[in-house]
Amino acid sequence: MKSSAICREWINSLPPPQGYLKKEQTIGRELLLKKGMPSNKDEAWRLCNLNKLNSFLSLPEFNKRDLSSKIKSIFPEKDNDRERIIINPHENPIKDINLPNGIDKLSDMEIKENLGEIVKLTNIKNDVSVCLNQAASSELLALKIKSNFHESLEIVLPSIAENSVFTRIFLLIEEGAKLDLLQVFIGKNNSAQNHLIEIKLESNVELTHGLISMGEGHQSSSICTLAVEQSEKSKYSLHSIHHGWNYARFEPRIIQSKGEASTIMKGLQVTKSKEQIATHSLIRFEGPNGKLDQLQKAVASEYSHCIFNGSIAVPQNAQKTEAAQLSRNLLLSKRARIDTKPELEIIADDVSCTHGATVSQLQEEELFYLLSRGIDNDHANSLLLQGYYEEVVSNFPTSANKWNFIEKLIREIKK
Amino acid sequence: MISSTSKTILSIKDLHASVEDQHILHGVNLLVNEGEIHAIMGRNGSGKSTLSKVIAGHPSYKILSGSIHFKGTNILELAPEERARIGIFLGFQYPVEIPGVSNLEFLRVATNSRRKELLKSELDTFEFEDLVKERLKIVEMDPAFLERSVNEGFSGGEKKRNEILQMALLEPTISILDETDSGLDIDALRIVASGINKLSKPSSATILITHYQRLLNEITPDFVHIMADGKIIKTGDKDLAIDLEKTGYDFIDKNSKDREMAK
Repeated sequence: MKSSAICREWINSLPPPQGYLKKEQTIGRELLLKKGMPSNKDEAWRLCNLNKLNSFLSLPEFNKRDLSSKIKSIFPEKDNDRERIIINPHENPIKDINLPNGIDKLSDMEIKENLGEIVKLTNIKNDVSVCLNQAASSELLALKIKSNFHESLEIVLPSIAENSVFTRIFLLIEEGAKLDLLQVFIGKNNSAQNHLIEIKLESNVELTHGLISMGEGHQSSSICTLAVEQSEKSKYSLHSIHHGWNYARFEPRIIQSKGEASTIMKGLQVTKSKEQIATHSLIRFEGPNGKLDQLQKAVASEYSHCIFNGSIAVPQNAQKTEAAQLSRNLLLSKRARIDTKPELEIIADDVSCTHGATVSQLQEEELFYLLSRGIDNDHANSLLLQGYYEEVVSNFPTSANKWNFIEKLIREIKK
Repeated sequence: MISSTSKTILSIKDLHASVEDQHILHGVNLLVNEGEIHAIMGRNGSGKSTLSKVIAGHPSYKILSGSIHFKGTNILELAPEERARIGIFLGFQYPVEIPGVSNLEFLRVATNSRRKELLKSELDTFEFEDLVKERLKIVEMDPAFLERSVNEGFSGGEKKRNEILQMALLEPTISILDETDSGLDIDALRIVASGINKLSKPSSATILITHYQRLLNEITPDFVHIMADGKIIKTGDKDLAIDLEKTGYDFIDKNSKDREMAK
């Protein structure tokens, strides 16, 4: 069957466009019908194991009637100083919760004005990750973080097995607000998740964003598109971990709309068995004096495959941009594969942009040093991996530790 | 400290070893008894460091022939971690930096591995902190170094103090200290040497690998061995080190020339 026929069949299985995302659903479905699923001829999907995308179209879409039987999530207790929002797909996510002081629901007008605009700014051609989400998402979590809000927020998704799940989030962070945001996505057996998150940072906003994305069962897949628009004098730092997915694709796209802002991105992707995890990041500076500090780390073991594609665009009007990108990779097996590619498009002439990539194995001398102190081989390897993760992990808010993701990373990946 | 009833801790016989197909050790013989301090001196490339790595079980070094026994047990079959646990300690010439691994956690895990072997109870974080604070005094080390990553950003002297701190925590039966004096200023040398002296026990032994006499002014060796071309060519007492300091290693060349001539 041709990919367009598969798309048509999937779209026909969805409820007809309806509700307040009707227009978005129509746009997504039309584009998908026109373009079909990606092929390896599309540069952005060249290295993707396309068979792994099938589950997004073949698994039954999650229906809220199944809620009690399919959702099996026990969340760690939340910290007192941290608000938690649990998203139930296909149900108004903020229907039953009391929003904390300083967080409001976005008005219909604000949604109309903003939704989809940031993604559009990123100018990605044949944007399949986004189309799939637009086509199927029927609910939206749209929040406004007001300037007096200086606290922490957690957005979590219950783990849903045997289904596909589509969630859409829009956050408008008002001038001067300070937010510490932790998002947690956990995939269960035979599931496919697609998340589309748009975040607009007004000027002088400080957002620290932790994203923990963990597949826990067999055959779990995830596609997450994160589109962020930064106004001047905003500070955005993104710390992400992807691990345990049979297939995962993470697309952080950041636009500094007037430059004059700072972005920090620290990502970690860890694969084992035959997993494939890809990060396709994009940052574009649309004004002068923008700053970027990006570190992407990957650890691949057994037969797995990690991909990193890091685009940085510095057009003519983005003079005095300072951008640094580093891709550091650890290959733990001869059969594992790591592909890493910086993509710098620099038109402005007065800029400082650096990039680098390293691929290595666990250092024999480091290992011998630990062994020579009586530490057994497994423990020594765990310590070294933990050390390798530390650069990314240490930036997560301390409450993220409750999700035990580091223990899982170390337990499952051993040399 | 040597008594007539001293027991042998380390016995090396006719040891030949190679690294990357290069034959480095050409028949080393060495006997170390309880309570003894041995110094091994020699030029760069004479095989001193190789000998220390081979004793500790570095996987890059291949044993071609010969034997190493520790308290009567053949250790060539043992993994490096097993050798460490039974009481063999190697103080590294270049201690390895391990980013992201907390020094305190590393020291605790290592100490507990050794304690398990000695049938002592494992120490939890709090108990270990008490122990480490006490042992820090031996090397006059700033506790701030415990909070950092293993050896990362330590100066040469701090790294060497960290090595001796590990020795103090692991309480080895034999310590092989590979150029512990290199990169140390006079004050640091005194502190490190005094640490080593404090840790010497009648039931343990030390092998000091060094280029210079100055460490031996602080720690008096019972035996001084000179290594050249992968074997010990001369053994004497501390006076041999003093002579060496005066005359240098030229006599080795002279000896080998004489041997060539005799052929």
